[in-house]
Amino acid sequence: MELVFTDKNFKEEVLESKLPVLVDFFAVWCGPCQMMVPLIEEIVKETEGKIKVGKLNVDEAPQTAGKYNVMSVPTLILFKGGQAVKTLVGFRGKEDIIKEIS
Amino acid sequence: MIYDTIIIGAGPAGLTASIYASRYKLSNLIIGKMVGGTISYAHKVENFPGILSISGVELGQKMAEQAKSFGVEILGENVGRIEPSFAESDSASAGEKGNLDDGSFRVFTETGKEFIAKSLIVSSGTERRKLNVPGEKEYLGKGVSYCTNCDIPFYKDKTVVIVGGSNAACSGAVHAADFAGKVYIVYRKDELRAEPVWIDDIKDNPKIEVLYNTNIVKILGGQEEQDPLRPRLASTQARSEARETGGQRKVTGVELDNEYNGSKILPLDGVFVEIGGVPASSFLVPLGVEMDENGYVKVNEKMETNVIGLFAAGDFTTMSLFLQQTVTACADGAKAAASAFRFIRGQKAPRLLGNSL
Repeated sequence: MELVFTDKNFKEEVLESKLPVLVDFFAVWCGPCQMMVPLIEEIVKETEGKIKVGKLNVDEAPQTAGKYNVMSVPTLILFKGGQAVKTLVGFRGKEDIIKEIS
Repeated sequence: MIYDTIIIGAGPAGLTASIYASRYKLSNLIIGKMVGGTISYAHKVENFPGILSISGVELGQKMAEQAKSFGVEILGENVGRIEPSFAESDSASAGEKGNLDDGSFRVFTETGKEFIAKSLIVSSGTERRKLNVPGEKEYLGKGVSYCTNCDIPFYKDKTVVIVGGSNAACSGAVHAADFAGKVYIVYRKDELRAEPVWIDDIKDNPKIEVLYNTNIVKILGGQEEQDPLRPRLASTQARSEARETGGQRKVTGVELDNEYNGSKILPLDGVFVEIGGVPASSFLVPLGVEMDENGYVKVNEKMETNVIGLFAAGDFTTMSLFLQQTVTACADGAKAAASAFRFIRGQKAPRLLGNSL
């Protein structure tokens, strides 16, 4: 299932996660973000057990979005061992995303 | 199964083509990763008849909903390549034939799924045009954006530039002024080419200033000096955090080809590129589909291309060069479906409502 990350749980759920974590930084006002919702759901299914996937509302988690310099939505950031290792900016297709994160 | 028609592209043209195809009782499949298409980037649409005001993404989703209500499946992938169906047995002679006169096509998605159709309606639209200047790629997501509507809320009280002079650029500038403290429009020509309703809004808005006959030649950036959310950190901590977050470099300005207020450097925080699109037509080249010198697919008034059984509609056709709007994309999608019907059934498309001719 797709997780919801917040300023509160980000450290525990993302930075301290044993699995790599894909964070979908999104905003409710952003059209391409809404178009990505079904794609992210499929990515959750296809990467189950290998990658943790969750979304972060930039309005509701401004500290985390600010810390990672998110100035564009959608932005996907892959975290490994507490570090941001890959950043994808803008709308991307499912296959494209899976290729980039695996 | 063999589809009557496969529609490639899930924007307004493709979705409308599907609505008409379904009502013509043509079996059809939509293949397209971006459901809603380019209109999804629009903050507000107020010129689609019947709907006073709606966000672009909502309009696109409503069209998709309507298409699905007639039973079509939308496959969220890109098409990798298309082959005439006889290519398997004799690909050499297929190339010599020049047109696909048996009327059927094999469509392969990027993940290798294969579908066969008697006809194709291609409406794959455009990809965003880039400025192609130094700094553009480097600062993507760090001050450079291709979606004003998505990203302008990050620039509250900041200074931004919108590049372009079209409806997208001008409506984007008006929307941007709701958030930013100052909005420049940089346009290469001496007159904006948006609908006058947007140009009036720009003239009336004290936050917006237009720089005509001007181009951005370079996007400048550097370390962020002040961020109200984050006071400057002690250097060691800043360094370790920069490592953790992937750095803090951001856009700090642009270099222009003409002086403005005595300088070619314009300091600002965000660059929004709204200079239209380039046709996503390259995958049609191997089929011999005729295009103009910029890659727009040539169509006639029936949305026929030079390849028999292959119809095209929407932003990536020559038809859109006169007017590139959602309403025209929809109209052309409907015409393409009518042509597909005529091609498959060998007769003129019926009127869906009212009396027959």
